[in-house]
Amino acid sequence: MNYLSCEVLVIGGGPGGYVTAIRAGQLGLDTILVEKKSVGGTCLNVGCIPSKAMIHIADEFEKVVKASKGKAPGISVKAPVVDLIGAVEWKDDIVRRLNGGVTSLLKKAGVTVINGQARMRDGKTCSVAAEKESFQIKAKFVVMAPGSEPVELEGLPFGGNVISSTQALMLEELPKNLVVVGGGYIGLELGTAFAKMGSKVTVLEASEQLLPQYDKEIANVVSRQLKKLGVDVRLSTYAGAMNAKGTAVEAVDSDNKTTKLDADKVLVTVGRKPRLDGWGLRELHLTMKDGFIDIDNECRTSMTDVFAIGDVTGEPMLAHRAMAQGEVVAELIAGKRRVFEPAAIPAVCFTDPEIVSVGLSPQEAQDAGHEVAIGKFPLPVLGRAMTLEADAGFVRVVARKDNELVLGIQAVGKNISEFASSFSLALEMGACLQDIASTIHAHPTQGEGIQEAAMLALGHGLHI
Amino acid sequence: MGVHTIKMPDVGEGITEAEIVEWNVAVGDQVREDDVLAAVMTDKATVEIPSPVEGKIVSIDGEIGAMTAVGAAIVTIEVEGAGDTPKKKPAKAAPVKKETMPEPEKAVEKEPVAEAPPVTPVAAPKPVRSIPATNGPPRPEGEKSLASPSVRKRAMDAGIELVYVRGSGPAGRILHEDLDTYIAGKAEPVTSSFQPNNTITETKVIGLRRKIAERLQDAKSRIPHITYVDEVDMTELEELRAHLNKTKREDQPKLTILPFIMRAMVKALRAHPKLSAHFEDEAGIVRQFGAAHIGMAVQTANGLMVAVVRNAEARDIWDIAAEAQRLANAARDGTITREELTGSTITLTSLGTIGGIVSTPVINSPEVAIVGVNKIAMRPVYQDGTFVPRKIMNLSSSFDHRIIDGWDAAEFIQHIRGSLETPATLFMEP
Repeated sequence: MNYLSCEVLVIGGGPGGYVTAIRAGQLGLDTILVEKKSVGGTCLNVGCIPSKAMIHIADEFEKVVKASKGKAPGISVKAPVVDLIGAVEWKDDIVRRLNGGVTSLLKKAGVTVINGQARMRDGKTCSVAAEKESFQIKAKFVVMAPGSEPVELEGLPFGGNVISSTQALMLEELPKNLVVVGGGYIGLELGTAFAKMGSKVTVLEASEQLLPQYDKEIANVVSRQLKKLGVDVRLSTYAGAMNAKGTAVEAVDSDNKTTKLDADKVLVTVGRKPRLDGWGLRELHLTMKDGFIDIDNECRTSMTDVFAIGDVTGEPMLAHRAMAQGEVVAELIAGKRRVFEPAAIPAVCFTDPEIVSVGLSPQEAQDAGHEVAIGKFPLPVLGRAMTLEADAGFVRVVARKDNELVLGIQAVGKNISEFASSFSLALEMGACLQDIASTIHAHPTQGEGIQEAAMLALGHGLHI
Repeated sequence: MGVHTIKMPDVGEGITEAEIVEWNVAVGDQVREDDVLAAVMTDKATVEIPSPVEGKIVSIDGEIGAMTAVGAAIVTIEVEGAGDTPKKKPAKAAPVKKETMPEPEKAVEKEPVAEAPPVTPVAAPKPVRSIPATNGPPRPEGEKSLASPSVRKRAMDAGIELVYVRGSGPAGRILHEDLDTYIAGKAEPVTSSFQPNNTITETKVIGLRRKIAERLQDAKSRIPHITYVDEVDMTELEELRAHLNKTKREDQPKLTILPFIMRAMVKALRAHPKLSAHFEDEAGIVRQFGAAHIGMAVQTANGLMVAVVRNAEARDIWDIAAEAQRLANAARDGTITREELTGSTITLTSLGTIGGIVSTPVINSPEVAIVGVNKIAMRPVYQDGTFVPRKIMNLSSSFDHRIIDGWDAAEFIQHIRGSLETPATLFMEP
């Protein structure tokens, strides 16, 4: 047993944990990070990054397929073949490079990284069982960033042909029939990618709308595109059990009618849950809230000098939220005054087309008691959209009617995930409609749609 | 045209100066005979100075709060016909007027705070940033403060809560400039039910308030006070008082507890006569009084006054009650005379139902004792092996420790306590 002590102990090396550790190290705090697998967490290893890599492959493949069918303007090729093993290798290489990047950043910041399963002994003591040796670490400050894990369905436990998003990104063979259980963003991102690569994809969604965290106006754009891609979307439908051979799964619709769906893989993406077990959290009896660790605006838990950040502290379970929290916590520990009170946390969804949402939707703004002005501009009318063959989507600005303060901006369209930055900036800066409308947006870009949407909300659209 | 001069009148025996507490006229005013020109305050009473003539105010002399010698000219009035003053006099008085009776605005300028320190011409003066007088409209109730991340971070580092900062940007956004203004301390407060109030109000301490301040300062600094507190079981006395109030004649006053306490003081003074005394420390004389002239503190709109129940030893409880009531009314409506406010030999002070549990009364100098009455409250008392509810009241009393020993003070209060706890003794003569 090795006995260590430090100022800051970070549990978990995901985006929240590693950012905390790097910032703490930069601020001169003696910091230890404990990570069971590789640094980067869900996001880098089995989430955001690898899925985007696979989505990219799928998009590229789809273009070539279109071209081979004579549907791509100006290009004609022979029918392409998807090389899933090659794609996964390429994806793994990206992940490895990023792992290495994070590791060297931690090293540069002077952070000690210990690989092994952490287990809290008390609020300030943690034991780590590493491969060859074990450690007991005592810290002045503890930052818990254990992350989250996929929710398992009782009737469809992971294993065999029932896979989670993690396994979906490691498949060596393209499933012929893929059934996706759960029509949220993870299921649709991966389902779309597999559909583009040639799988027959069926999506089962228990509620009556895809992407339930977005409003219908946005979800409908994605729904139409899924239909074009040949994805079979079944709403108000539950997944039943898989047959013994693992070749078919039951789907139960709202009339309680059961259909058997052929499936060589069933991808269960019904959500994620905070990782509360297996590392000694429950014995600490921290105050919980709605199943998450309860924190205040300084990310403090109910125990003195014990912080929690990221997915374990609640929605939205997004890497950039955890990172921002991590920075706040490291600076707080270093004695600075900080709070985690962002004006907005952007959410991006890499479906086809992509979705960006920042701040309040029209309905949410109304529910918050505001009289709202809305400007919605269709992207396909823009020159740049046409040259990108972007034929669907819009930008929507939601503002207060009384003082034109922008409350939220959403967009759905091809490649518009990059809009997230300007949307967030507008909200954080407290932009009013006129601020956006008077900012020159470069031509020809799809970003012109943002300016036009603000103008529309002000009552004077230019190109519509 | 002549000039009539009005002098500070002789307002009482032995008084050499009086304080001007109010001006009812200003230079240039037209006054008629008997119009009130000013109010001046002597030891205890406020006296109004009427105009003896009709005419125009030419000058007034003496600031509010100024002590002015009896016989000094305070007002000159231009009158029809010949005045009482040679004509050249006002011309001479004019520059004096300018100096002593400035306009109200000028009075503020005269405050030493506003006087600019001499500038040392060493370095070039820094350019002064112009700061807006107000920065943005107040934020409506419940509205969140709006600011860019850099402003938020700057405020956070400076320990400023943005809820207190007004925003002048669009939609009330708090800009860096607004933070500058706030930090410079020139910002208007935001609208919120909780907001800092940094106003400072300066009031000149004049009149009765000044008198009270001086007397208390004198008493507190000259007299080494000893304060003694004990509790009194008022249960039986309260029953008796309720009974008396219920059965009293129409013409008899309603009895509060004060007449009972005064009566108990009279009896205690008979046993401890040296508590009814004046200590004239400068002369080194203690003047002990056979009489119990009990001063009673009366809260009036203008401040605290001490009215005197004379010869309480010669009055029964009803008589004391009637006299106390009469004096209190007179003090409150301002008709109380100087005589009724002077000459007490011992004082009783009470805040009634808000009397608290303990107080530290200040002796009404040159007396040597003051009895303070705290509130009556129902309290559990351990009696005969059980707790019983009793009406308990504390007496917090102060004594001039130079003259009164702690032992004597305690015995005096215990005597009062004994009388109050066995109220029948209050009615036994003498």
